[in-house]
Amino acid sequence: MEHRPIKADSDTREHLVVIGNGMAGCRAVEELLARDPARYRVKIFGAEPRVNYNRIMLSPVLAGEKSFDDIVINDADWYAKNGIALIAGDPVVAIDRAAKTVTTRGGVSESYDKLLIATGSDPFIIPVPGKDLPGVIAFRDMDDVAAMLDAAEKGGSAVVIGGGLLGLEAAHGLSLRGMKVTVLHLMPTLMERQLDEAAGWLLKQALEARGQTILTGADTAEIVGDGRVEGVILKDGTLIPADLVVMAVGIRPSTALAREAGLAVGRGIQVDDHMVTSDPDVLAVGECVEHDGQVYGLVAPLWDMCRSLADGLVEKPTGYRGSVTSTKLKVSGIDVFSAGDFSGGDGCEDIVLRDASRGVYKRVIVKDDRIVGAVLYGDTADGNWYFDLLKKQEDVSDLRDVLIFGQAFASGGGQADPKAAVAALSDDAEICGCNGVTKGQVVSCIAKGAHSLDAVRGTCKASASCGSCTGLVENLLALTLGDDVQSGPKTMCKCTSFGHDDVRREIVAQEMRSIPEVMQKLHWATPDGCSSCRPALNYYLLCALPGDYVDDQQSRFVNERLHANIQKDGTYSVVPRMWGGLTNPTELRAIADVVEKYNAPMVKVTGGQRLDIFGIRKEDLPAVWADLNAAGMVSGHAYGKALRTVKTCVGSEWCRFGTQDSTGLGVKLERMSWGSWMPHKFKIAVSGCPRNCAEATIKDFGVVCVDSGYELHVGGNGGIHVRATDLLCKVATEQEAMDYCAAFIQLYREEARYLERTAPWIERVGLDHIKARIVDDEAGREALRARFLYSQSFSQDDPWAQRAEGAEAEHHAPMARFTPQKEIA
Amino acid sequence: MTSTAEWLDIGWVDQIPVRGSRTVQVEGGDDIAVFRTAEGKVFALLDRCPHKHGRLSQGIVHGGAVACPLHNWRISLSTGEALGDDKGCTPTVPVKIDGGRVLICRASTLKAAA
Repeated sequence: MEHRPIKADSDTREHLVVIGNGMAGCRAVEELLARDPARYRVKIFGAEPRVNYNRIMLSPVLAGEKSFDDIVINDADWYAKNGIALIAGDPVVAIDRAAKTVTTRGGVSESYDKLLIATGSDPFIIPVPGKDLPGVIAFRDMDDVAAMLDAAEKGGSAVVIGGGLLGLEAAHGLSLRGMKVTVLHLMPTLMERQLDEAAGWLLKQALEARGQTILTGADTAEIVGDGRVEGVILKDGTLIPADLVVMAVGIRPSTALAREAGLAVGRGIQVDDHMVTSDPDVLAVGECVEHDGQVYGLVAPLWDMCRSLADGLVEKPTGYRGSVTSTKLKVSGIDVFSAGDFSGGDGCEDIVLRDASRGVYKRVIVKDDRIVGAVLYGDTADGNWYFDLLKKQEDVSDLRDVLIFGQAFASGGGQADPKAAVAALSDDAEICGCNGVTKGQVVSCIAKGAHSLDAVRGTCKASASCGSCTGLVENLLALTLGDDVQSGPKTMCKCTSFGHDDVRREIVAQEMRSIPEVMQKLHWATPDGCSSCRPALNYYLLCALPGDYVDDQQSRFVNERLHANIQKDGTYSVVPRMWGGLTNPTELRAIADVVEKYNAPMVKVTGGQRLDIFGIRKEDLPAVWADLNAAGMVSGHAYGKALRTVKTCVGSEWCRFGTQDSTGLGVKLERMSWGSWMPHKFKIAVSGCPRNCAEATIKDFGVVCVDSGYELHVGGNGGIHVRATDLLCKVATEQEAMDYCAAFIQLYREEARYLERTAPWIERVGLDHIKARIVDDEAGREALRARFLYSQSFSQDDPWAQRAEGAEAEHHAPMARFTPQKEIA
Repeated sequence: MTSTAEWLDIGWVDQIPVRGSRTVQVEGGDDIAVFRTAEGKVFALLDRCPHKHGRLSQGIVHGGAVACPLHNWRISLSTGEALGDDKGCTPTVPVKIDGGRVLICRASTLKAAA
């Protein structure tokens, strides 16, 4: 690097020394020069042996789209032309504020009148064993890129730790360079700071389709290798081989120098509105500063800061007021945009548009008629428009209905009314892309009597598949019929226009595999559903994909999450399983011991012939389960939408009227069906004779033993509306009773709506339908039974045993304890 | 400026399950429920529904609200107000994240114990 010699002796101008030759430091100097090129004598110190370049463009360099020369912002000529001295490759290691000098590692000392710190930020290296192995690098500067290119040349596998913006760009670049790339992300959602769950899910899908392996919820335990990196081990024990590990988990303001110089430092170097630090002669800009409690890791705020800095030093101080930030990027050709606050919350309305076929997701968050945030995926054309409305805090109440369709539509004169927009469509305009239905066909189908959304779906199939055109069809109904539109069957909840049956059908038809996928493909109107639809979707997926679907704990009601019943005082009650209502001294002793040991105030015999231990504290639950497990008992699922109990009488073994072994059959039925998740709670009973002591005729599935065999009853309910069972059929053997029971349960699991017990289900679909499926269709019955038993092969793990062993132990203990007496207020 | 003494450090944000919660036990008072939404925002409320004092920490978190596990009232995480047709309010506790650590307001925590 050549420098034009500065005639320091003769130059009496104030001396501005800049620490940091990056984007902020040089931009600040550019702003100063633009205002008054002659004001300061400038000297810049840079740690890297290079001129000023655009760090944001490192990704295209890695991806091979640009060379280093393409990303240089200011070349050597710029420094020379403006009389700026650059000391590159020799970092400043100390500031002496009293003497007003800085000293470099190489021993160069320089005095200043004004000092500008623009040290930017350092990559955060997670403190795991192996982090210092050769082959483990950050993604921060040109040297890192060179190291990555070097590794990619040799091929092999790379692991990128961090599924944020930087990590994904690194992964994309390495992938393009031919490496097999695995991205490890600690959080469940990629880029969770910029994207909500739905958009994050889409991004993950798209990246996987491009050949990357994306592991979310992946917690790195260790980086291993003998002299050089060879792999990464996750906390769950998984080993991922790697020839290169890129750590891109985040950045931290680089504040060490300022801190050692005694400047006020919080998360970053603290500055006022004119970028002045706690020392009036020392200024700071960029990622290293903290302004009004905020630190920034994006480029736009940095430009704002540099302008304010220059104004303060040269012209009238204008003052920096903080920045509202937006992020727009392209990963593997996928457009992603986010701006403002998209976390929702009180008084916020979400406007969501999901277009599954185009892979588009848009969400605009409005509060008090103003946009406060936006997330766009797949189509970011309107990002700047939303961001502009957000920054200007413009009232969008007039645009509210069409806001989500974007600027072109919203400002398209006279089209602000969505109904008018639909009215303006020609008859052969396509309404439903999935089923190829035109506006003319929909209108004619409505004219012929389809006066509700459901009727239209049933007749011409419009809106019957992905549902993205539901709004258009509703508008056509309103246009064609005026006020005569009939409201359709109840939707699952306010988050969707689909009913339960439609959702279930689509889950199977479109082979959906996760809750976010269902919400995306079926155009959910809320970002993460509600307490009604989430448990239902969780169940539907569990039922459709036994052994495959990963249960979502946060979509379960507390009882199922904690495997105990919450009571009104916040304590829990615990019901161990007693097979067929049988118990023995060991079990009774264990229960008695638990009652004493954990001070349970009450033990109660339940209606289903079990013992219920009340008043257990949440923290004690794992210990209670461990004690009960030790005596051979497992969870009774008395809390679950699941098989609860099998009630029995004593039957032929003891009873003078008993005709069959009802207790034995009850135990067998319970062994077969325990642990299964259902749309609602499910109870079975077996009575040994028609005296029906086990009250089998008010159970979901009841067996009444008679001389010649077994009467099978279904759909009984002892709830608010008592319903006696319907007789399904009579069978001759115990095995048949078991087979019919399994088939009936599976039919209920597959067809009933979530939270619909067997009684209302049977009344809705009719007993004939059940008989046709279970009694008349032998092959169908056998298939149902086989599906049930297959599903049971995954679900008969005692949840108590897992929890007693410490699984999810953190759910039971407080995060922290606070004792006010010892604190000084 | 707030000094750290005004804030209680209760642990890492990662210790709170996403769309879930953890509690802070306050001796002599109500527990505090600390929630984490799908989008990584953290909120804290007294662990007590205004209706029948249900443990809000045990409810299903969705969007910016939690459904009480006892009777399904929906409570706003940011204001503590009951949403929809229900009326009532749970006291909120100011909370912030600093360097991945969750901090809750000491004064509000003391008030919870009072």
